Amino acid sequence: MTRKIVLAALVSLAFVVLAAPAFAQDGGSTWTPEVYKWALISGAFALGLAASFGAYSQSRAITAACDGISRNPGAAGQIRFALILGLALIESLVIYVLLIAFIIFLVLWGG
Amino acid sequence: MEQLEHKSFIYEWLEHTYHHEVLPDHVIMAFLIAILLSGFAIWFRSRISVDNPGKLQLFLEVVVGALKDMLLDNVGTRGRPFLGLIGTLGIFILACNWIGLFPYFASPTVNLNFTVGCAVVAFLYYNYQGIRAQGAANYFKHFLGPLPALAPLMLPIEIISHFSRIVSLSLRLFGNIFGEELVIAALAFMVAYLVPVPMMLFGVFGGMLQAFVFIMLTMVYLGGAVASEEH
Repeated sequence: MTRKIVLAALVSLAFVVLAAPAFAQDGGSTWTPEVYKWALISGAFALGLAASFGAYSQSRAITAACDGISRNPGAAGQIRFALILGLALIESLVIYVLLIAFIIFLVLWGG
Repeated sequence: MEQLEHKSFIYEWLEHTYHHEVLPDHVIMAFLIAILLSGFAIWFRSRISVDNPGKLQLFLEVVVGALKDMLLDNVGTRGRPFLGLIGTLGIFILACNWIGLFPYFASPTVNLNFTVGCAVVAFLYYNYQGIRAQGAANYFKHFLGPLPALAPLMLPIEIISHFSRIVSLSLRLFGNIFGEELVIAALAFMVAYLVPVPMMLFGVFGGMLQAFVFIMLTMVYLGGAVASEEH
Protein backbone atom coordinates (compact mmCIF):
# COMPACT_ATOMS: atom_id res chain seq x y z
CA MET A 1 0.00 0.00 0.00
CA THR A 2 2.83 2.40 0.86
CA ARG A 3 4.51 1.51 -2.39
CA LYS A 4 1.43 2.64 -4.31
CA ILE A 5 1.31 5.91 -2.38
CA VAL A 6 5.01 6.58 -3.05
CA LEU A 7 4.51 5.75 -6.73
CA ALA A 8 1.57 8.13 -7.00
CA ALA A 9 3.55 10.90 -5.31
CA LEU A 10 6.53 10.40 -7.63
CA VAL A 11 4.35 10.46 -10.72
CA SER A 12 2.68 13.70 -9.67
CA LEU A 13 6.08 15.18 -8.88
CA ALA A 14 7.25 14.19 -12.35
CA PHE A 15 4.29 16.02 -13.87
CA VAL A 16 5.18 19.17 -11.97
CA VAL A 17 8.85 18.94 -12.91
CA LEU A 18 8.02 18.40 -16.58
CA ALA A 19 6.27 21.76 -16.60
CA ALA A 20 9.53 23.54 -15.76
CA PRO A 21 9.98 25.11 -19.25
CA ALA A 22 7.09 27.38 -18.32
CA PHE A 23 9.53 29.27 -16.11
CA ALA A 24 11.45 30.62 -19.12
CA GLN A 25 11.73 34.37 -18.78
CA ASP A 26 10.43 36.63 -21.49
CA GLY A 27 12.54 39.69 -20.77
CA GLY A 28 10.23 41.32 -18.23
CA SER A 29 10.39 41.19 -14.43
CA THR A 30 10.67 37.90 -12.58
CA TRP A 31 7.02 37.76 -11.54
CA THR A 32 5.10 37.35 -14.75
CA PRO A 33 1.54 36.02 -14.52
CA GLU A 34 2.81 32.64 -15.72
CA VAL A 35 5.13 32.38 -12.71
CA TYR A 36 2.31 33.47 -10.41
CA LYS A 37 0.14 30.62 -11.68
CA TRP A 38 2.82 28.02 -11.11
CA ALA A 39 3.72 29.49 -7.73
CA LEU A 40 0.13 29.23 -6.54
CA ILE A 41 -0.31 25.71 -7.86
CA SER A 42 2.97 24.48 -6.38
CA GLY A 43 2.26 26.11 -3.03
CA ALA A 44 -1.16 24.53 -2.69
CA PHE A 45 0.10 21.15 -3.89
CA ALA A 46 3.02 21.16 -1.44
CA LEU A 47 0.64 22.01 1.38
CA GLY A 48 -1.71 19.17 0.45
CA LEU A 49 1.17 16.68 0.35
CA ALA A 50 2.58 17.89 3.66
CA ALA A 51 -0.78 17.82 5.42
CA SER A 52 -1.64 14.33 4.21
CA PHE A 53 1.71 12.74 5.09
CA GLY A 54 1.80 14.60 8.38
CA ALA A 55 -1.66 13.36 9.28
CA TYR A 56 -0.69 9.79 8.42
CA SER A 57 2.42 9.94 10.61
CA GLN A 58 0.50 11.48 13.48
CA SER A 59 -2.16 8.81 13.23
CA ARG A 60 0.56 6.14 13.54
CA ALA A 61 1.91 7.88 16.64
CA ILE A 62 -1.52 8.18 18.27
CA THR A 63 -2.27 4.52 17.52
CA ALA A 64 0.95 3.39 19.17
CA ALA A 65 0.28 5.63 22.18
CA CYS A 66 -3.26 4.28 22.62
CA ASP A 67 -1.97 0.71 22.43
CA GLY A 68 0.68 1.50 25.01
CA ILE A 69 -1.78 3.12 27.41
CA SER A 70 -4.23 0.23 27.05
CA ARG A 71 -1.55 -2.31 27.84
CA ASN A 72 -0.02 -0.40 30.73
CA PRO A 73 -2.40 2.16 32.26
CA GLY A 74 0.09 2.98 35.01
CA ALA A 75 2.51 4.50 32.52
CA ALA A 76 -0.18 6.71 30.99
CA GLY A 77 1.52 9.93 32.10
CA GLN A 78 4.83 9.15 30.49
CA ILE A 79 3.20 7.81 27.34
CA ARG A 80 1.08 10.94 27.05
CA PHE A 81 4.20 13.08 27.45
CA ALA A 82 6.02 11.20 24.69
CA LEU A 83 2.93 11.36 22.50
CA ILE A 84 2.57 15.14 22.79
CA LEU A 85 6.28 15.60 22.16
CA GLY A 86 6.21 13.40 19.06
CA LEU A 87 3.06 15.03 17.69
CA ALA A 88 4.56 18.49 18.10
CA LEU A 89 7.75 17.50 16.30
CA ILE A 90 5.84 15.96 13.37
CA GLU A 91 3.52 18.93 13.21
CA SER A 92 6.41 21.37 13.09
CA LEU A 93 7.48 19.88 9.76
CA VAL A 94 4.01 20.55 8.37
CA ILE A 95 4.21 24.08 9.79
CA TYR A 96 7.44 24.66 7.84
CA VAL A 97 5.62 23.86 4.59
CA LEU A 98 2.73 26.08 5.67
CA LEU A 99 5.11 29.00 6.19
CA ILE A 100 6.59 28.54 2.72
CA ALA A 101 3.05 28.54 1.36
CA PHE A 102 2.35 31.75 3.30
CA ILE A 103 5.41 33.34 1.74
CA ILE A 104 4.31 32.28 -1.72
CA PHE A 105 0.69 33.38 -1.33
CA LEU A 106 0.85 36.47 0.82
CA VAL A 107 4.24 38.11 0.66
CA LEU A 108 5.09 37.66 -3.01
CA TRP A 109 1.51 38.24 -4.05
CA GLY A 110 1.68 41.82 -2.92
CA GLY A 111 4.91 42.46 -4.80
CA MET B 1 -4.30 42.07 3.18
CA GLU B 2 -3.91 45.33 5.05
CA GLN B 3 -7.60 45.80 5.60
CA LEU B 4 -7.72 42.62 7.67
CA GLU B 5 -5.79 44.03 10.58
CA HIS B 6 -5.53 47.18 12.57
CA LYS B 7 -2.99 47.81 15.26
CA SER B 8 -3.68 47.72 18.97
CA PHE B 9 -4.96 50.79 20.76
CA ILE B 10 -1.68 51.62 22.54
CA TYR B 11 0.21 51.56 19.23
CA GLU B 12 -2.32 53.86 17.64
CA TRP B 13 -2.28 56.22 20.64
CA LEU B 14 1.51 56.41 20.56
CA GLU B 15 1.54 56.95 16.83
CA HIS B 16 -1.11 59.66 17.11
CA THR B 17 0.76 61.46 19.88
CA TYR B 18 4.25 61.30 18.42
CA HIS B 19 3.30 61.15 14.74
CA HIS B 20 5.64 58.35 13.80
CA GLU B 21 6.05 54.72 14.75
CA VAL B 22 7.55 54.62 18.22
CA LEU B 23 7.61 50.91 18.96
CA PRO B 24 6.34 47.92 17.02
CA ASP B 25 3.10 46.38 18.05
CA HIS B 26 4.51 43.19 19.50
CA VAL B 27 7.02 45.00 21.74
CA ILE B 28 4.25 47.08 23.31
CA MET B 29 2.11 44.01 23.88
CA ALA B 30 4.99 42.00 25.31
CA PHE B 31 5.82 44.77 27.78
CA LEU B 32 2.17 45.05 28.72
CA ILE B 33 1.91 41.32 29.40
CA ALA B 34 5.15 41.33 31.38
CA ILE B 35 3.93 44.24 33.53
CA LEU B 36 0.54 42.60 34.06
CA LEU B 37 2.02 39.23 35.05
CA SER B 38 4.60 40.81 37.36
CA GLY B 39 1.93 42.97 38.96
CA PHE B 40 -0.28 39.96 39.50
CA ALA B 41 2.59 37.99 41.03
CA ILE B 42 3.56 40.82 43.38
CA TRP B 43 -0.07 41.32 44.43
CA PHE B 44 -0.55 37.61 44.93
CA ARG B 45 2.53 37.23 47.11
CA SER B 46 0.86 39.24 49.85
CA ARG B 47 -2.15 36.94 49.86
CA ILE B 48 -0.40 33.58 50.17
CA SER B 49 -1.17 31.75 53.40
CA VAL B 50 -0.25 28.26 54.51
CA ASP B 51 -3.18 27.69 56.85
CA ASN B 52 -6.03 29.13 54.86
CA PRO B 53 -5.41 28.91 51.12
CA GLY B 54 -7.98 30.39 48.81
CA LYS B 55 -9.15 28.86 45.55
CA LEU B 56 -6.71 30.82 43.41
CA GLN B 57 -3.80 29.70 45.57
CA LEU B 58 -4.85 26.06 45.30
CA PHE B 59 -5.15 26.32 41.54
CA LEU B 60 -1.74 27.94 41.17
CA GLU B 61 -0.24 25.32 43.48
CA VAL B 62 -1.54 22.62 41.16
CA VAL B 63 0.00 24.36 38.16
CA VAL B 64 3.39 24.89 39.81
CA GLY B 65 3.37 21.35 41.17
CA ALA B 66 2.65 19.88 37.75
CA LEU B 67 5.47 21.91 36.18
CA LYS B 68 7.86 20.87 38.92
CA ASP B 69 6.99 17.18 38.55
CA MET B 70 7.45 17.32 34.81
CA LEU B 71 10.78 19.11 35.24
CA LEU B 72 12.08 16.60 37.77
CA ASP B 73 10.96 13.72 35.57
CA ASN B 74 12.85 15.04 32.58
CA VAL B 75 15.97 16.57 34.04
CA GLY B 76 16.43 14.60 37.24
CA THR B 77 16.91 15.89 40.74
CA ARG B 78 19.37 18.58 39.71
CA GLY B 79 16.63 20.25 37.71
CA ARG B 80 14.94 22.04 40.60
CA PRO B 81 16.67 25.41 40.04
CA PHE B 82 15.39 25.55 36.49
CA LEU B 83 11.77 25.88 37.56
CA GLY B 84 12.02 29.68 37.62
CA LEU B 85 12.83 30.13 33.96
CA ILE B 86 10.67 27.23 32.76
CA GLY B 87 7.60 28.43 34.61
CA THR B 88 8.09 32.06 33.63
CA LEU B 89 8.67 31.22 29.99
CA GLY B 90 5.66 28.93 29.91
CA ILE B 91 3.21 31.32 31.55
CA PHE B 92 4.55 34.28 29.57
CA ILE B 93 4.19 32.50 26.23
CA LEU B 94 0.74 31.24 27.25
CA ALA B 95 -0.42 34.76 28.09
CA CYS B 96 1.08 36.07 24.85
CA ASN B 97 -0.76 33.42 22.84
CA TRP B 98 -4.09 34.03 24.54
CA ILE B 99 -4.12 37.80 24.54
CA GLY B 100 -4.58 37.91 20.77
CA LEU B 101 -8.05 36.48 21.16
CA PHE B 102 -9.28 39.49 23.07
CA PRO B 103 -10.57 42.51 21.14
CA TYR B 104 -8.21 45.47 20.86
CA PHE B 105 -5.18 43.35 21.80
CA ALA B 106 -2.60 41.67 19.58
CA SER B 107 -0.47 38.61 20.20
CA PRO B 108 3.27 39.24 20.33
CA THR B 109 3.85 35.65 19.23
CA VAL B 110 2.34 36.43 15.83
CA ASN B 111 5.61 38.18 15.05
CA LEU B 112 8.61 36.02 14.17
CA ASN B 113 11.01 38.36 15.97
CA PHE B 114 9.35 37.64 19.29
CA THR B 115 9.37 33.85 18.95
CA VAL B 116 13.00 33.83 17.83
CA GLY B 117 13.75 35.84 20.97
CA CYS B 118 12.06 33.22 23.16
CA ALA B 119 13.88 30.41 21.35
CA VAL B 120 17.26 32.14 21.71
CA VAL B 121 16.61 32.60 25.44
CA ALA B 122 15.88 28.88 25.80
CA PHE B 123 18.95 27.97 23.71
CA LEU B 124 21.33 30.19 25.68
CA TYR B 125 19.87 28.99 28.96
CA TYR B 126 20.29 25.30 28.30
CA ASN B 127 23.80 25.74 26.96
CA TYR B 128 24.73 27.87 29.95
CA GLN B 129 23.34 25.30 32.39
CA GLY B 130 25.14 22.53 30.52
CA ILE B 131 28.46 24.35 30.72
CA ARG B 132 27.86 25.17 34.36
CA ALA B 133 27.02 21.58 35.25
CA GLN B 134 29.81 19.82 33.42
CA GLY B 135 32.50 22.37 32.68
CA ALA B 136 33.09 23.89 29.26
CA ALA B 137 35.61 21.32 27.95
CA ASN B 138 33.54 18.33 29.02
CA TYR B 139 30.35 19.84 27.59
CA PHE B 140 31.88 20.51 24.19
CA LYS B 141 33.50 17.11 24.13
CA HIS B 142 30.01 15.64 23.86
CA PHE B 143 29.65 17.33 20.49
CA LEU B 144 32.31 15.02 19.11
CA GLY B 145 30.23 11.90 19.46
CA PRO B 146 30.85 8.49 21.01
CA LEU B 147 34.05 7.55 19.15
CA PRO B 148 37.04 9.85 18.45
CA ALA B 149 37.24 8.47 14.91
CA LEU B 150 33.76 9.78 14.14
CA ALA B 151 34.49 13.30 15.35
CA PRO B 152 34.84 15.02 11.93
CA LEU B 153 31.46 13.59 10.97
CA MET B 154 29.66 14.15 14.25
CA LEU B 155 30.79 17.71 14.92
CA PRO B 156 29.01 19.47 12.01
CA ILE B 157 25.93 17.31 12.51
CA GLU B 158 25.76 18.14 16.21
CA ILE B 159 26.33 21.87 15.66
CA ILE B 160 23.67 22.03 12.96
CA SER B 161 21.20 20.08 15.05
CA HIS B 162 21.75 22.38 18.02
CA PHE B 163 21.20 25.49 15.97
CA SER B 164 18.22 23.96 14.26
CA ARG B 165 16.59 23.76 17.70
CA ILE B 166 16.30 27.54 17.69
CA VAL B 167 14.75 27.43 14.23
CA SER B 168 12.29 24.69 15.09
CA LEU B 169 11.21 26.17 18.43
CA SER B 170 10.60 29.61 16.98
CA LEU B 171 8.98 28.51 13.73
CA ARG B 172 6.67 26.05 15.46
CA LEU B 173 5.32 28.66 17.86
CA PHE B 174 5.13 31.35 15.19
CA GLY B 175 3.54 29.12 12.56
CA ASN B 176 0.84 27.77 14.85
CA ILE B 177 -0.25 31.08 16.35
CA PHE B 178 0.05 33.02 13.09
CA GLY B 179 -1.94 30.35 11.25
CA GLU B 180 -4.71 30.44 13.83
CA GLU B 181 -4.89 34.22 13.74
CA LEU B 182 -4.91 34.20 9.94
CA VAL B 183 -7.82 31.78 9.84
CA ILE B 184 -9.74 33.81 12.44
CA ALA B 185 -9.08 37.00 10.48
CA ALA B 186 -10.14 35.41 7.21
CA LEU B 187 -13.32 34.01 8.76
CA ALA B 188 -14.11 37.34 10.39
CA PHE B 189 -13.54 39.09 7.09
CA MET B 190 -16.10 36.88 5.40
CA VAL B 191 -18.76 36.51 8.11
CA ALA B 192 -18.17 38.80 11.07
CA TYR B 193 -20.67 37.28 13.52
CA LEU B 194 -20.40 33.95 15.39
CA VAL B 195 -18.49 32.07 12.67
CA PRO B 196 -14.95 32.76 14.01
CA VAL B 197 -15.95 31.55 17.48
CA PRO B 198 -15.16 27.80 16.98
CA MET B 199 -11.79 28.78 15.56
CA MET B 200 -11.17 31.04 18.57
CA LEU B 201 -12.01 28.16 20.90
CA PHE B 202 -9.47 26.09 19.02
CA GLY B 203 -7.10 29.03 19.40
CA VAL B 204 -7.47 28.81 23.19
CA PHE B 205 -6.58 25.13 23.13
CA GLY B 206 -3.83 25.57 20.54
CA GLY B 207 -2.22 28.44 22.43
CA MET B 208 -2.03 26.38 25.58
CA LEU B 209 -0.68 23.40 23.67
CA GLN B 210 2.02 25.43 21.93
CA ALA B 211 3.23 27.02 25.16
CA PHE B 212 3.30 23.57 26.76
CA VAL B 213 5.23 22.07 23.86
CA PHE B 214 7.74 24.95 23.99
CA ILE B 215 8.59 24.44 27.64
CA MET B 216 8.47 20.66 27.28
CA LEU B 217 11.12 20.78 24.56
CA THR B 218 13.18 23.21 26.64
CA MET B 219 13.05 20.72 29.51
CA VAL B 220 14.15 17.88 27.22
CA TYR B 221 17.07 20.00 25.95
CA LEU B 222 18.00 20.92 29.50
CA GLY B 223 17.95 17.27 30.47
CA GLY B 224 20.18 16.41 27.54
CA ALA B 225 22.64 19.20 28.34
CA VAL B 226 22.89 18.74 32.08
CA ALA B 227 22.69 15.00 32.59
CA SER B 228 24.62 13.67 29.62
CA GLU B 229 27.63 12.49 31.59
CA GLU B 230 25.68 9.41 32.63
CA HIS B 231 26.03 7.64 29.27
